[in-house]
Amino acid sequence: MSFNLALVPRREISLFRQVLTPVIALVVALLIGGLIVWLMGRSPAKAFDVFLREPLTDPWALQEVLLKSTPLMLISIGLIFCFRANRWNIGAEGQFLLGGIFGGGVAIATHGLSGPWILPLMMLAGVAGGMLYAAIPAALRNRFGISEILTSLMLVYVAELLLDYLVRGPWRDPKGFNFPQSVPFTDAAQLQPLFEGGRLHSGFVLALLAVIVAILVFKRSLFGFAVKASGEAPRAANFAGFNEKRITLVVFLISGGLAGLAGIIEVSGQVGQLRPGFGQGLGFTAIIVAFLGRLSPFGAMLSSLVIAVLLIGAESAQVSLKLPFDLTRFFMGLLLIAVLAGESLNRYRLEFRKEPA
Amino acid sequence: MGPERIRLSGITKAFGALKANDHVDLTLHAGEIHALLGENGAGKSTLMKILYGLLRPDSGEIRINGRRVSLPSPQAARAQGIGMVFQHFSLFEDFTALENIAIPLEGRIADAGLRAQVEAKARHFGLAIELDRPVHTLSAGERQRIEILRALMQEPQVIILDEPTSVLTPDEAEALFATLDTLASEGAGILFISHKLEEVRRLCSRATILRGGKVVAETDPRAVSAAELAALMVGEGVLELRPAGEHALGAPMLQLDGLSVAPDGVHGVALQAIHLTVQAGEVVAIAGVAGNGQSELYAALSGEGGRVTSGQVRMAGQDVTRRDINARRALGAAFVPEARLGQATLPQGPLSENVILSWHATESLGRWLLDTVRIGTVARNVIERFDVRTPSPDPLAAQLSGGNLQKYVVGREIERKPQLMIVDQPSWGVDARAATHIRQTLLDLAAKGAAVLVISQDLDEAMAMADRLAVMHGGHLSAARPVSALSRAEIGLLMTQGESPARGAA
Repeated sequence: MSFNLALVPRREISLFRQVLTPVIALVVALLIGGLIVWLMGRSPAKAFDVFLREPLTDPWALQEVLLKSTPLMLISIGLIFCFRANRWNIGAEGQFLLGGIFGGGVAIATHGLSGPWILPLMMLAGVAGGMLYAAIPAALRNRFGISEILTSLMLVYVAELLLDYLVRGPWRDPKGFNFPQSVPFTDAAQLQPLFEGGRLHSGFVLALLAVIVAILVFKRSLFGFAVKASGEAPRAANFAGFNEKRITLVVFLISGGLAGLAGIIEVSGQVGQLRPGFGQGLGFTAIIVAFLGRLSPFGAMLSSLVIAVLLIGAESAQVSLKLPFDLTRFFMGLLLIAVLAGESLNRYRLEFRKEPA
Repeated sequence: MGPERIRLSGITKAFGALKANDHVDLTLHAGEIHALLGENGAGKSTLMKILYGLLRPDSGEIRINGRRVSLPSPQAARAQGIGMVFQHFSLFEDFTALENIAIPLEGRIADAGLRAQVEAKARHFGLAIELDRPVHTLSAGERQRIEILRALMQEPQVIILDEPTSVLTPDEAEALFATLDTLASEGAGILFISHKLEEVRRLCSRATILRGGKVVAETDPRAVSAAELAALMVGEGVLELRPAGEHALGAPMLQLDGLSVAPDGVHGVALQAIHLTVQAGEVVAIAGVAGNGQSELYAALSGEGGRVTSGQVRMAGQDVTRRDINARRALGAAFVPEARLGQATLPQGPLSENVILSWHATESLGRWLLDTVRIGTVARNVIERFDVRTPSPDPLAAQLSGGNLQKYVVGREIERKPQLMIVDQPSWGVDARAATHIRQTLLDLAAKGAAVLVISQDLDEAMAMADRLAVMHGGHLSAARPVSALSRAEIGLLMTQGESPARGAA
């Protein structure tokens, strides 16, 4: 006798099951995570408190969560366009940096000036920077058939080096004690808090707007349909006359533009100047966010909030529990695996089969 | 009759409220070619899947060589000596024929040893295959031969063939029958699923007829007429094709002037200086053995592909050689490609969304946001007017049976009121009733003044539908001639040898 395990497709998936699955996935991930924390000799209850309860109950931390979720939301919404079309933009991090560089460049060029036109100009420059940078892998794929996975990923490192060069060279703050950073932006070049005394800025509103527009595009627009068709059945898209190359270019432009916007929002809303490492790997984290949200805009909104909670929790866990920051990356991976496993078990059921040897 | 190979008794399988199989009994003996007949949805596929281990019956018993067995998986079925040739091929497109044959053979790889065995098998059963070509370059007929060889490699005692002749020319079908006869004479039991009653009557010595999940008759098909068999299948009189009444022909809607197309990939067929005119109001059919350039011709006509090296495609009098499919649609053309799923439709899209594919460029479906009400209405109209049987009001394309999906696709295009309709394989793998329905729909369209071009590997279909018929061979197209002036023998000659100038002169 040998046993084997088979995945048998379910004929129907109940709504109840669909709603419950992510919840169960979260619980399972928490249990495994708790076990790991316990094995590291810390109290799982304490960790839970720091990782989840505090960011969600403390008003200051809650604002930080929303701030942190802003770039994740913007970037992952853009990535959904690429991933739904079966185009693989892995380089959102680079487009994010270029958005910061282009927008930051405007801030540096207009340093000392004031006026309500500066911020919108920075935002536009950020979008343009991300778009231009994303257009490179799209053009290489369209013209030469080069895998966009490789080119977009490798361009991330180019962007990091470009940022490094700028803040150490031409854009270095002359009064900055030789630190590799640009001049601090003036108030006219920084996103101001939405509420007196708070930190949350209008970038979050833009992110929510992006979510709503993306929902509409995918639910009701011809372009959204073309993207889905091109990803699910390229031959059907060809039959419909949707131009494959144009779709590649447009989804990369959207994705790059949103990543670039996230970049300049991060720079002008959070950092206040250009300095190396402002990317924090958010462009990569957003890939996880997009998949955690099952490539739906609404899902991406929820999952960027969840991941933001984890990121903020991790910062305080580092301080209060001396837990390594890498543990957060581990949690993210765990969460993604749990959600994907739940997704599979939603569509298939496990069947143990006995076979006569 | 040889010993009993398979005995199914009381097989019942329900999907929700639907009883796909209701106490089905079937016995298959060694050396027997046994037909399984029934309309789409009669439960043939379910029964086959149960026998091949893809589905488990709710109740009932399967005996193989007299021993009661359970078949939890296709591997288990294969271990019991059951081989299956699917209607929809389960081949890996990027792998070669040989690699595809190697895949289900546990512990085997596509090496010289396997090649020798496969070649010997292929010779023995008369199956011509180029083993090193990747599957995506092969025609449907060639793919089927891979599937058959693949099944044969496991030395099966029982072979199930699901509508094997739907992609074959008369000659290919003859060759297949010879193969099956050899197999049967060597002791295999063959279960043959088909809609083509004439060939069932030729080939099979017994037939089990399913209707609505139940066995309605078991008979010797040679002893009854095709009409009687058909009546058993559908439960009422079969539709006969109604010829279009006398009507005048109009302006040429499609003109090909010396169209030459570069081959698509190394193994594609180059189209060579093709001339053809289709006038409004007539049906022209292109017959030919699979893989002689028909796919390339369809792609060049629709604008979905094909690098035109010289010559012109004219639609409604305008040169569209360099224009895309939507520009051609705008001139009144509509296209039904060969692949229903994944080309004509998005498999995971509901029928309503699938309207968008061919409608978006020429009909108004909403400016900024799609007009879902209009789209839904169109889909409902198509479903009603073209008798598309659906499991729910707006199902996913992949949930429809082949015949119903094809009715939807053809209906969707006709609903656009085209003046030129180009259809690649209108009814391959479609049951008799649906095929008749589709053919009739196309004849009616021509009667109303549209030009209809049908590319078909089914010669009976081509001859039944066409006013004029041309034959493709090796990328050349013979002159289109009135069907009434052509004999089957002449067409057969054109299909195998093409049109040589010498013969034309004689």
